[in-house]
Amino acid sequence: MDWETIIGLEIHAQLATRSKIFSGSATAYGAAPNSQANLVDLGYPGVLPVLNGTAVRMAVKFGLATGANIARRSIFARKNYFYPDLPKGYQISQYERPVVEDGTLDIVLEDGSRKTIGITRAHLEEDAGKSLHEGLKGMSGIDLNRAGTPLLEIVSEPDMRSAKEAVAYMKKVHTLVRYLEICDGNMQEGSFRCDANVSVRPKGAQKLGTRAELKNLNSFRFVEKAINYEVERQIGILEGGGSVVQETRLYDPDRNETRSMRSKEEANDYRYFPDPDLLPLAIDDAIIADVRGTLPELPDEKAARFASEHGLSDYDSGVLTASRELADYYESVVEALGGEPKLAADHPEEQLAASKLAADHPKEQLAASKLAANWVMGELSGALNRDGQEIAASQISATALAGLLRRIQDSTISGKIAKEVFEAMWSDGKSADEIIEARGLRQITDTGAIERAVEAVMAANPSQLAEYRAGKDKLFGFFVGQVMKATHGKANPAQLNEMLKRKLRQ
Amino acid sequence: MHTLTIAELSAGLRARRFSSVELTRSLLARIARLNDVLNAFLTVTEEAALAAARRADETLQAGRGGPLTGIPIAHKDIFCTDGIRTTCGSRILENFIAPYDATVVERLNAAGAVSLGKTNMDEFAMGSSNETSFFGPVHNPWDVKRVPGGSSGGSAAAVAARLVPAATGTDTGGSIRQPAALTGITGLKPTYGRVSRYGMIAFASSLDQAGVLAQSAEDAAMLLRAMAGFDPRDSTSVDQPVPDYHSGLAAPIKGLRIGLLREFFESGLDPEAAKRIHAALNVFRAQGAITTEVSLPNLPLSVPTYYVVAPAECSSNLSRFDGVRFGYRCENPRDLLDLYKRSRGEGFGAEVKRRIMTGTYVLSAGYYDAYYLKAQKVRQLISDDFRRAFEQVDVVIGPTSPTPAFEIGAKMDDPITMYLNDIYTIGANLAGIPAISVPCGLVSGLPVGLQIMGPVFSEARLLNVAHRYQQETEWHRMIPRGYE
Repeated sequence: MDWETIIGLEIHAQLATRSKIFSGSATAYGAAPNSQANLVDLGYPGVLPVLNGTAVRMAVKFGLATGANIARRSIFARKNYFYPDLPKGYQISQYERPVVEDGTLDIVLEDGSRKTIGITRAHLEEDAGKSLHEGLKGMSGIDLNRAGTPLLEIVSEPDMRSAKEAVAYMKKVHTLVRYLEICDGNMQEGSFRCDANVSVRPKGAQKLGTRAELKNLNSFRFVEKAINYEVERQIGILEGGGSVVQETRLYDPDRNETRSMRSKEEANDYRYFPDPDLLPLAIDDAIIADVRGTLPELPDEKAARFASEHGLSDYDSGVLTASRELADYYESVVEALGGEPKLAADHPEEQLAASKLAADHPKEQLAASKLAANWVMGELSGALNRDGQEIAASQISATALAGLLRRIQDSTISGKIAKEVFEAMWSDGKSADEIIEARGLRQITDTGAIERAVEAVMAANPSQLAEYRAGKDKLFGFFVGQVMKATHGKANPAQLNEMLKRKLRQ
Repeated sequence: MHTLTIAELSAGLRARRFSSVELTRSLLARIARLNDVLNAFLTVTEEAALAAARRADETLQAGRGGPLTGIPIAHKDIFCTDGIRTTCGSRILENFIAPYDATVVERLNAAGAVSLGKTNMDEFAMGSSNETSFFGPVHNPWDVKRVPGGSSGGSAAAVAARLVPAATGTDTGGSIRQPAALTGITGLKPTYGRVSRYGMIAFASSLDQAGVLAQSAEDAAMLLRAMAGFDPRDSTSVDQPVPDYHSGLAAPIKGLRIGLLREFFESGLDPEAAKRIHAALNVFRAQGAITTEVSLPNLPLSVPTYYVVAPAECSSNLSRFDGVRFGYRCENPRDLLDLYKRSRGEGFGAEVKRRIMTGTYVLSAGYYDAYYLKAQKVRQLISDDFRRAFEQVDVVIGPTSPTPAFEIGAKMDDPITMYLNDIYTIGANLAGIPAISVPCGLVSGLPVGLQIMGPVFSEARLLNVAHRYQQETEWHRMIPRGYE
């Protein structure tokens, strides 16, 4: 039987506020246990919550960026359960009336087509603390630094049909919250985490299958692997004549499997009710207009602009806009290389001039943006990944990279030599020109010098020359290699090609 | 000295007839002598009180300070007091030293008041007789076999016995007004949001309100002025200026429209108590007030409504008392569940457990709509009833409590009868409106109270009406025998 997978995600994004959602304690990660927990966070008798306005604005920002409805009046509710890292015995969350409802985000599928994923709701809530079980001689410790940290829980519709779609959506949300600067997206520190609701049904069936909720998915890779495992598990049960139980399952990355945590029957009755300590959250048009004014260019808008303005493919535009920092870096490189033809729609004259400019120099302009794209996505991203660095703290600045690319453009060095220069720039921080000079990497463009090198190689390899001239065309590459070896890779490739073709035929 | 009101003490201090230290010493001595019988104070902070009194005297000598500078008071043990044990009448907080001051405490300290200590109360303010306190019942100075009412029973008994001229209290369903009535003093519950709840240990957050128990409306006005006002630490406190309650006290009440609640006189009210209320109405009429009958048709639903809403909120509010971070923890817990069950099982008393269980039930899946949601709707209807009534009249007057003080132990086995004690007072909490109880006579030698209710933020009017009554009567000057 053919099966269809149905996936919905609940993403918890920790909002990047300086203080907690209901208290003035700091939210910085990694502080000594309980050093960032005040009386409110500890749930002391008599203390009261006071809502952090910045967290509300961040939720509104997310809502506006996903075309959602912003509730003019939403309610904070208490979710009641006992756990040692939940100091008050309840979590303040939003239940019946969340602040954000009915948004959408588009993802790009593997075949290049777009798919719209519905966002049911996004609501504000406080995080719990952490229970520590190691190194405490059999006792448990509680660290309440994280208690009260603001979270935006983003709940999708069950619109995804494969683990890959789920990952694409999760990445899209990850990109968006960082663009909006409402979440640092750090998954190792738990600033961005995800639960997945997964079910399967026979292809063509209308009714949804029984779902399992997967917890502990703290990387994109785990989301994909956990969902794939779970889908296989559920199909296995159904094909064996069994039925899937509605339950919460924990993903174990070491064994790559999901395990039952608790069934529906064991689930807590959270006894939600409106928190009487907090007034309904009122958001008026003025706040919405104000937040709207702070929205940056969104990833999709930026990608579309990159495609049209820089002449990049949809794929390259998508990669380069995956993070705001990467996109900014790329644009800085392009700008430093001389910029793009400006197509300012508001100024017809300029636009005319710009189109003329573009018409006059189309190749150079597109070459610059494509060259920059290739290097940013290739060498630079590779080096950043290799050394685990963020682009914002890149060893090679956008201006420095542009300095290197300019030397490719003006034929001072070849692309191959440029990679060597890049590595040197990465390790010792010098400019491209300094390295080219110091190592004598300047490309040989002197026709006489190239000719001398070609002649020397021909003289040194008479048998190969004879074979080539007898029709063995593929020996052409051998001669290129020999000349490059002799010139330490510095011969201008285009000139060398031309020269060789001419000389070998003589 | 101990029979003087705050207004009189304040004048005495300014005229240097006595110092705050002298006044404080004399009241501390009185507490030492009389508290064993009354059990009104749980903690007496002698050293801190004398230190505060010395500071107050210095301020007064420098010609500075306000009307409360050097005035001794006491705090209900529901208010957190920095460095001082704060028990909320419960075993679970028996040894809890609060690490901060409640806003009410902070403001009264700033006004120069001298706190003598913390007063006994029903456990977590759940009770109408002060018998649910882990530290034993408070005895009514009018008859030590009887209850002082609750939950602010310690504050009420302390003021009635003139151990202190005034004390703070809290009122969730009548916990200031009912004990004030049963001990023959004046008790004011302000509008919800008028006084900050920060640092006041929560029972039912949407109903709890801090207020005062004092000898007169004038004294209540002086204290409220210092306590009230917006507090950014309490999101439900209202940002509205605090009027000078004192300046309008003597305003004439000619033409005042008084509503008499038909529902209040219909059933359950002691006939002798009813006579005292009617006599009081004549005092108002004699001053030119007009009385008309008004009806609040949904008011009879207030007790069941309250006993859904208040337990629901308390079941959640009291979850933080889990033996993990502060408060009582059971011996040698086997595991986490055992720690929770025994810490809470041993730490809470029967009435608190009853309400936690009721509240948990009414919020449970499948019952929420039938109980909690319905109660919220009825609460809105009761509020609407009051709003409509206040379109016709300025204040509503009736009894505070159906009977005078009952004997200790008389109602402890019958929670429903105990709950019905609050039948006249709960409405004001559900509607969030202010109400004041003033003594209006004796029935069989025991005080009874008159309750005056008004629309939101009408405290000045209520204090004015109560003060005019007290200008014409001496009931508020009555002191129980042996405490003169």
